[in-house]
Amino acid sequence: MTTVLKASVRPPVRVKAPANNRKNWGYTALAIFFLAIMLFPVYWMVNASLQPNGTTLETSWLPLKPDFTGYATAISEQAGNLGTSLIISLGSVALSLAIAAPAAYALAYFKVRGAGVVLFAILISQMIPGIVVANALYTAYNDLGLLNSIPGLILADAAHGIPFAILIIRAFMNGMPASVIEAARVDGAGHVRAFWSIVIPLSRNSLITAGLFTFLFAWSDFLFALTLTTTEAVRPVTLGIFQYIGAYVNDWSSVMATAVLASIPAIVLLVAAQKYIAAGTTGGAVK
Amino acid sequence: MSLTTDLSQTAPRSTGKAAGKANRKHGRVADPQTEARTPRRRTRQRRERIFQWLFLVPAVVYMALFFGYPVVKNVVMSFQDYTTATFFTGEAPWVGFANYVTVLSSSLFSTSLLNTALFTIGSIIGQFAIGLALAIFFQRKFPLNGILRSLLLLPWLLPLIVSSAVWRWILDKDSGALNRFLGDLGIIDTGIPWLTSTSLALIAVVGVNIWIGIPFNLTILYGGLQEIPDELYEAGSLDGATGWRAFRHITWPMLRPVVSVVLVLGVVYTLKVLDIILGLTNGGPANSTQTIATQSYDLSFHEFKFGEGAALGNVLVIISLVFAVLYLRASRRAVDE
Repeated sequence: MTTVLKASVRPPVRVKAPANNRKNWGYTALAIFFLAIMLFPVYWMVNASLQPNGTTLETSWLPLKPDFTGYATAISEQAGNLGTSLIISLGSVALSLAIAAPAAYALAYFKVRGAGVVLFAILISQMIPGIVVANALYTAYNDLGLLNSIPGLILADAAHGIPFAILIIRAFMNGMPASVIEAARVDGAGHVRAFWSIVIPLSRNSLITAGLFTFLFAWSDFLFALTLTTTEAVRPVTLGIFQYIGAYVNDWSSVMATAVLASIPAIVLLVAAQKYIAAGTTGGAVK
Repeated sequence: MSLTTDLSQTAPRSTGKAAGKANRKHGRVADPQTEARTPRRRTRQRRERIFQWLFLVPAVVYMALFFGYPVVKNVVMSFQDYTTATFFTGEAPWVGFANYVTVLSSSLFSTSLLNTALFTIGSIIGQFAIGLALAIFFQRKFPLNGILRSLLLLPWLLPLIVSSAVWRWILDKDSGALNRFLGDLGIIDTGIPWLTSTSLALIAVVGVNIWIGIPFNLTILYGGLQEIPDELYEAGSLDGATGWRAFRHITWPMLRPVVSVVLVLGVVYTLKVLDIILGLTNGGPANSTQTIATQSYDLSFHEFKFGEGAALGNVLVIISLVFAVLYLRASRRAVDE
């Protein structure tokens, strides 16, 4: 957050004369070169997904004759899993925001006693390995009948999102003028009213950022899907991919097509929320 | 729990609401000492505090259930003989430190520990060095800087299992893109078994994890670099500090708090990595990429020795906690400065 604010407040001292423009394009070329190396695997995924089946030994470097049979197979075999992932991710976003937003507000705005302890717990929670959580949840879920269930995975996946969402939203709300909320309270709005009709609309951007990240966390979740499901009943797409590559693969184009489909949320996030990402990472990590 | 009882006692008492509203006009400007004097004030304050806590309660409960409970449960389980039979009989006999003894004295543990250390150190050094180099590079002003920089984030946003699948295909011995590329250049004659050779698999897995971690390091370090005032560089250049000397004497000292946060966060995240290793090698070949995290997963979910899996998980928690303490100290410093 601070990064963004400071950058916009600071006077534009750094703007250089257009004299060395040609040199600057050289840097652009170099940056594109770095980007090409870094994004080669992503390119290869898309390229391989468009190759005809059964030609794994001579996958061509360019998809000159795009073939969509990989996508046809991927959709026919993984559509259900993609749907499961979507439901779980949306549920996880709703649950995470419903729990994180009020908490972030309380931590940012009220001087709640014990707020320090809660923040400390949030930081520590991010250090706990997922396998430890999964280990304990498996036995508890077994007792509660939550194994192989969508609510079970939503609850577990929200555990990724909630601490992160609290940190991001709180970092934003810290910068919110207290006078606006005070004014609402003076006009007779209760805490809930003030929160719902003033704080939430004002924090929309941070809620969107947190929501998008929570979606991505839940969508990418692999560990909980792997440990908390034992049957085909509830199967997110990440687990679908894992089973593809776990077996001997002779149809990489379908696997890569599934991988491309599973990457769509990341691409959407990158395009739609690009400017919030930096704020999100620094807000979540450093603050 | 005491909170709910508190609430039920106070909730019916709605007197003093009007008075409270009148007083609220003065808002926070009012002297807190006079506020505390009237008993009505005190009730209102207490109600206020309960209301404020209510905003926090769902999160606290959730964190307790999904982080607090697993940690406690894991500790309990690590002292029990907790197996599949437990699910039917409900009995998990206490075994003291037997699980820890079994796990720590197994020959696999030293392998996992070493692999975890190599995986973590290798990943961190690679991610950080390349991330910092790119962050410094992107500090220059050039056309399309912002777009190119954000496109670099893509590897970090992809689901880890997707990245694993793609890399598994690229690193494939016979038909992988990397071997074909090296072959086309004439560097190699026969395919290198990146993921199926015991001596190369760990290196390959570290390489993939570096690739995944670069964007995170780049983003945070770039943010840290932006916070360094230009005036420092201007003043430095007057004193002849440019290039390497500017980095050594201005950039690095100013960046230190962010660096420590990035490094410690990186270590903590890398210690618990599971997706990438399971997706690429499943811990193999011959345990050459087995880490503490993957071994704990194996014990619990393949061998169904939940007690031993829990014990090993706790070892991982303790290692992480050491770094967590470092992290908290580092982040406090970063916020202070």
